[in-house]
Order: sequence, then C-alpha cells, then structure tokens
Amino acid sequence: MANVQLNGVRKTYPNGAIAVRGVDMTIDDGEFIVFVGPSGCGKSTLLRMIAGLEKITEGDIKIDDRQINDVSPADRDVAMVFQNYALYPHMTVRGNMSYGLKNRGMPKAEITKKVEEAASLLRIGDFLDRQPNQLSGGQRQRVAMGRAIVREPKVFLFDEPLSNLDAKLRVQMRIEIKRLQRRLNVTSIYVTHDQTEAMTLADRLAVINDGKIEQMGSPIELYKNPATLFVASFIGSPQVNRLPVTFDGQNLVNGDLVIPGFTGLPQKTRLVLGIRPDDLHQSGDGQFTLRVDIVEQHGADNLIYGALRGTEENDADDAEFCFKTDHSLLPALETTLQLGFDTERAMVFEQESGQRLL
Amino acid sequence: MSNWNWRLITTHAILIIGVLFMSLPVWVAFATSTHAPETILRDGLQIWPGGHFFETYREVLIVDGGVMKSVLGTTMLKNSMILGIGFAIGKVIVSMLAAYAIVYFRFRLAVPLFWIIFMTLLLPLEVRIIPSYEVVAGLGLLDTHFGLIVPLIASATGTFFFRQFFRSVPDELLEAARLDGATAWGFFVDILIPLSKTMIAAILIIMFVVGWNQYLWPLIMTTKEENYTLVIGIKQIYQILAEGGELPQYQKAFALTILATFPPVLVVLVFQNWFVKGLVESEK
Amino acid sequence: MKRVQFEHSTIPYLFVAPQIAIIVIFFLWPAAQAIYQSFLLEDAFGLSTQFVWFRNYQDTIFSPSWLQAAGFTAIFATLVTFLSLGFALLLAVKANEVIRGASTYKTTLMWAYAIAPPVAGLMGNLMFNPLIGDLYKFFNVIGWDFNHKLDSFDAGFVVVLISVWKQVSVNFIFFLSGLQSIPNSVNEASMMDCRSPTRRFWTITFPLLAPTTFFLMVINITYAFFETFGIIDTTTRGAPGGATNTLVFKVFQDGFRGADLGGSSAQSVVLMILVLALTVIQFRFIERKVHY
Repeated sequence: MANVQLNGVRKTYPNGAIAVRGVDMTIDDGEFIVFVGPSGCGKSTLLRMIAGLEKITEGDIKIDDRQINDVSPADRDVAMVFQNYALYPHMTVRGNMSYGLKNRGMPKAEITKKVEEAASLLRIGDFLDRQPNQLSGGQRQRVAMGRAIVREPKVFLFDEPLSNLDAKLRVQMRIEIKRLQRRLNVTSIYVTHDQTEAMTLADRLAVINDGKIEQMGSPIELYKNPATLFVASFIGSPQVNRLPVTFDGQNLVNGDLVIPGFTGLPQKTRLVLGIRPDDLHQSGDGQFTLRVDIVEQHGADNLIYGALRGTEENDADDAEFCFKTDHSLLPALETTLQLGFDTERAMVFEQESGQRLL
Repeated sequence: MSNWNWRLITTHAILIIGVLFMSLPVWVAFATSTHAPETILRDGLQIWPGGHFFETYREVLIVDGGVMKSVLGTTMLKNSMILGIGFAIGKVIVSMLAAYAIVYFRFRLAVPLFWIIFMTLLLPLEVRIIPSYEVVAGLGLLDTHFGLIVPLIASATGTFFFRQFFRSVPDELLEAARLDGATAWGFFVDILIPLSKTMIAAILIIMFVVGWNQYLWPLIMTTKEENYTLVIGIKQIYQILAEGGELPQYQKAFALTILATFPPVLVVLVFQNWFVKGLVESEK
Repeated sequence: MKRVQFEHSTIPYLFVAPQIAIIVIFFLWPAAQAIYQSFLLEDAFGLSTQFVWFRNYQDTIFSPSWLQAAGFTAIFATLVTFLSLGFALLLAVKANEVIRGASTYKTTLMWAYAIAPPVAGLMGNLMFNPLIGDLYKFFNVIGWDFNHKLDSFDAGFVVVLISVWKQVSVNFIFFLSGLQSIPNSVNEASMMDCRSPTRRFWTITFPLLAPTTFFLMVINITYAFFETFGIIDTTTRGAPGGATNTLVFKVFQDGFRGADLGGSSAQSVVLMILVLALTVIQFRFIERKVHY
C-alpha cells in the first residue's frame, strides 16, 4: 500500500530522442491509474522508469515518500506484468512464481505457502508444475500476474498486459484484473493504448501524448470534458467528429456550411468543431445535412457514416461524419439525413494548439 | 500423368546419383580396408567387404608399429577425442562468457573489445602460420594439449553465434529477472544457460567436428608421434605410401581414413537435427 | 543491444578476458609479427637482418611461381565454388521436391560434412593411385591419357574433384534449409501464377535463395582458399612443378620447408588483405540482406 509521486520526470535517450518531457503526478494509495496514449507517446517509458528499468534523466520518483531514482528494480518493492508475459520458459509455473522470493532469501516453506495462495486466488493451482509452453494465453497471463502478486509489492505495474490475448479473453481478463485490484487494494499503474481498456479499468487515467500528460482525471470527466482536441479524439468510440471551421463573429463557417449560435471565439484562426457521434440527433431544422455513405449495424446501435453537404473538401478521414443512432433508423445509401446538435454539447478547439476554447 | 511420372523418376535418379557420388568413395574405402594387401594390389579397389576386417583394424588400433612407427591407433583416437571434446567445451565456455558480457553489459570498452574479437575473422591461421608457431614454441607449448586447444578456441565464430542467440532472447526476461532481484551471475546461471541448452548442444556438436578435423594447427604444433591425432596420422600415411616399401599397406591407409571419419560422422548423424539447426542459425 | 543492461565495473571485463587474452597472444601478436617480418630480409645464415621495405613483396609477388600459384588459386576457387554450389543446389531442389525418402536422401547427402579435408584428400589420392586406383585405370581405359603426377591439367582435375566432393554437403544443408524457409504460401501463389516448374524456379525460388547463395559463395571462396590446404597436402602437394600450388599451400611450403621467412610473411600479408576484402564484401552483403 503506497502512494507514488512523480516530480518533473524527464527522459532523454543518449541519441537525443526525448521520450518524456516533464511529468508531475501524484498517485494515491490503492488507486488504479491508467496511462493511455498512442504508441511511442512515452507511456511505457514512464512506467519503466517507475519500475527502474530505465534511468531517470531529470526529476524524481518517490514511492511512499522515499526517493527511488537510484534504487535497483529489485529493491523498489514493485512488481510488473509484461506484455509478452516474460515467463521464464524453462521453469515451471511454481518456479516462475517463486524465483523472485528465492532471490530474496525467503524460507522455502513460506515460499510454497505464498505461491499456493496466489495460485488459488488466480485459479491456476492445477498448473503449478507445468511449464509455460503447456499453458494457454490466458493461463500464462495469470501466471504472470501470480508472479507479481506473490511478492506483495507496494505497486503493481502493468505494461499492456492484455494486448496478446484475443478479444473475448481480453474482456474477461480485464474484469478479473479490476476485481483482483479491488480485492488486494494495491496501488496500480496500467499502460495501454486501448481506450476501452483505459476507460473501464481506471480510477483515474492520464492521457499521454508526445511525452507529456495532456489531461488527467476520471474516465467520465475526460470523456465529458476533454481539455484538448487530442484527448477528445482519443477518448470515446466511435471517435469524435471533427470539422475544420473558422469564426466570422457569429457563425462557424466551412465552405457553404454556416453554423450559428457561437460567441466569443477568435476570428481569423483555424478552429475545429468537435461533436460526439452520440450527441447528434435527427431533426428537421438541424444544422447538418448528411449524405449517407455507409451504415454499420452493431445490433443495438447503428453507426451511419457520410459526408456533410456544403463543406469544402478536406482529407478523407475528417470528411467522414459519424452519427450514432439506435437500430430502428436504417436509411438507404445515397439518401440524406437532417441532423442537429445541442450547441451546449459542441466543443471548439484551436486547430494549431489543440486547446479547447469552448 | 505420365509427364508427372517422368519428372518423379528423374528427380529420384538425380538424387540417387548424388547419394552414390557422396557415399560410394567412403564405402569403397571401407570395403577395401577389409581386404588383404595382396588382393588390393592385384585387383585394385574393392566394392564388397573382405575377410580381413579384424586383422586390419586390430593392427591399426592396437599393434605396436602396426601403422605408425611408434604410436598406436588407439592413442591417436584418444588424442583426436581430446582435441574434439576439449575444443568444443572450451569454445562454448569462452564464447558464451564473452557474448554474455557484450550483449548484457554496458561497459566502456565493449565496442573496441567486440572489434578485437571480430578481427579474428580476418586472421585465419593460414595467414599467420609461422609467427604462430614461433609464439607457441617460445611459450614452450609445443606438444601440449593446452597449446593445441587453447589457441584454436579464441576465434569469433562461437562468440558471434551466442551473441546472435542472446540478442534474440526477449528483453523482458532480463527485466523480469531484475525485478525478481536476480544478479548478473544469477541471471546467467538461472535463466540464460538453461534457455540456451539446445543452442549449446548444437554448438558442441559442430565444434566437436571442427576440432576433430583440425589439420594445419596440430600439424605444426605436434612434433612427437605420440601426440598425433588421427587426422595428422593421415599425413604420415601419405608419407609412407609416397616413400614406398616392400608391400604397400593400402588396407591400413583406408582403415585410418575410416577411423578418422567414423566418430564425427556418427555424431553428426545421431544429432542431425541439432547439428543442422546450429549450423544454419550460426551463419545468420 | 538490450534495452536494459547490467552495469558493473568488473564482471564484463572478467567475462571477456579469456577470449581477449587468447586473441592477443595467438592472433594479434603473430599477425603483427608476420607484418613486421614481411619487411625484413635475413641473410643466408640467419645472422643479420635488414629492413628492406617492400622488397619481399616485390620479390615474391612478381616471381613466376607466386603468379602461377595465384593464377591456379583463382581458377581453382572459381571452379570449386561454382561446381559445388551448382551440384548442391540441384540436389537440394530435388530433395525438397520428393516426399518419399526425403529424410534418407537428406541424411545421406549431408553426412560427408563431417569428413576432414585431408581425410577426403587421402581417400581421393588412393582412388587415383596408379597401382590400385580404379578411377585412374578407368580414365585410361576410356582413352584419356590420365596421369596426375605428370600432367598439370589432370592434377588440377583431381584436386578440384576432391574439393568439390568435400564441399557439396555444406552447401546442400544451407540450400535445403533456405528452400524450406520459403513460405509455403509463396510456393502456392507461384504455382497459380506460372505453369512451368523450371520458370517458377528461376523467377521465384532462385531469387528468394539469393541471400543464401551469396553467403555460400563467400564461404566457398574462403574454403577454396584456405581449407583445401589439407586436400592439396595429401594429394598433389603442388605437383607437377607447382601447377597445383594454392597461395596458402605456397606460404606453408616457402615458410616451413623453404625457410624463406620474409617472403613467406609477405605472402601472408597479401592473404590477410584478401581475407579482409572477402569479409568486407560479406558484411556489406549482410547489411543488404536485412531488407529481405
């Protein structure tokens, strides 16, 4: 049980590449924190610095108010679950789980007791004498967690632990990790690039981009109230709709499309209007006319994709607008829908900096 | 259909010709070694085994003066074994240690030391025969096992092989082991060596064959007959046959080639899969 | 290298120490000696030595016997490389095609790897022995006035044949594993695109084997230059009249038998440069290979 503090943590590699550009963070005792971001954003590096696998270039990291910058990984009282499990392939499950305890010189009887406790908690008790290559992916994942649990660390570190599993198993293990963490109540830091995993697991999540924390907060807070265009785009599925616009004093403008009802925005700068697909609704006097391109039926919901009439051409990705509705609405292709949104729910960002203006 | 059949027949025909080309000489050597010298001189090489198997091999192996002036076949066999096994084991130990240091440690001289090891590839024995002989002679190591084996061990091949293999071991294993509190030595012994078991076996096999088959180095290193390996004995046989004599003992010459061939071939055949894997992997 | 490495001030040095020590004593020091001696001239009684710059190089490299050996080595290496590669490739392709007996063929074609060159040399020597060698008799019966003790072409034929024989196995092993590492889906795709097996081989299989082939070429050239020493030494020994001297065999002859230290060292240094060139080619190729 411990709190973790990061103060001005930076990482510069010897070749000059900067992975982490100053991170400050306080993680409370028992909290489940998720670092989420695209690949290469520095989230794994940050985790590995906490683990002691990467040197800290600047700043410091404290666990329970003890500075650990120069403490060896084995003495930091942290345990880590790796993406590829990193099980020792030549050792049995028992051997894998007890290796760390043996190195600490723990008596044999105590090791056996702890390993068996952890194994029954994870329901791998029957596999203790098998080797990793005789186990399924999910079972290996559990062994990797078991190896972390037996050490009774102050902090659990998870480095994309579920990305090698198939979709179904991933959901199952996600729930199990959450349950386990609640039960053991150990401070945990979890790295992922999957926003669903991040949203569902985290007490608080930190969206990381280009070595910096874009925003940190509870999942719903980040969803409802993103501080930047990046966070708005990263959190939420399907992605937020983004429409490049300018402000003429009263309206947002893109080509022939004029959207009224905005005030207090800067003129002559390029802006981005962001609207979540579920904030759109069908309405006869709505602001948009959507020309239906594709309808995806997901069962309960339908996702309707198309281009907005009147907009100037822009790159294909942003041109496609998404409208989330229930399964009863099934428009024919090439027809048009009139869509509206509540101006209160709209988000406006400055394109250059990505900062939220409204 | 008949087209296809013809293709199959030619394929097998080519392979059978290949097999005969590769195997027949050795078979003839063996068959001829089991005949009496008179028969060989009269009728030439033999395709079927004769009745002198035990006689020939007994003389070559355990009769004083049977094949060399003063050394028995068994002694040469023993010397070959020592060279093959000593070379293989020494090579694995030395190169594994060096490769471990180079791959898993950050230290200041890592790069220059790696290049020094690399340079051995540029200096095969053949280009430094005479000064090498002088060095070994100067150190008083002529006719010793140490002088025979140790200088052969240091070339880069084994180190490169293990370096390549260690680099393919997932990084996370070391990271997990460090979180588990393993020391540098602990990781090597507890994790890396057990993981490398198959690779070590493959390298041992290849290096045994390479060591057994050494020719030039033992040739200049050994001056006394009692230190000859079987492969060096070949040279003496050549000498004896070239000088002539009353009745050329061709059957013994053939027997010696068979003795020099049999152990390494046996090893390669028995451990075929490991051997092929090791050979192909090592060159990547 | 590794993302995470140990940092320790003594252990890594201890671990590389054995290898480095052996290398310095038995590789670098003798090589340096060879280079140094190649600039020295000893008088006939070994009483005084003189620093003569490149005279040894001039004397040896422009001597007819060295040029003869260089010429023979070039032809010899080319023949051995192409013949053994070609034959091994043919066998590997066929062995990869058959289903019945595949492992028997594989085993019987590769085991000769384990035979030492001088052993192969002596076996071959006996096969061509004028008294008992059936090959010798056979060639004469079919009307080839064969005598490798007197005729340089015949002598060359003998060493090339034995050297090729000895090298087929290694090439076969590499070609076969190269063929087996071509994904089956690629073979299947090519079967749908092209009907002729011969054409398929030259347009799909052979280009995919190019990295293996190139690597083997370097290996085979090195073999022909250096490892065939054992074969030459147990067959022709350079006879007749130096016609089958390879460069390496000549270094040995001149240094050990002829006791011409300076000249032999100069030849060694030339060989070092040759190896260097070969290695550079090999490594440039490896860099390219990464793209595959």
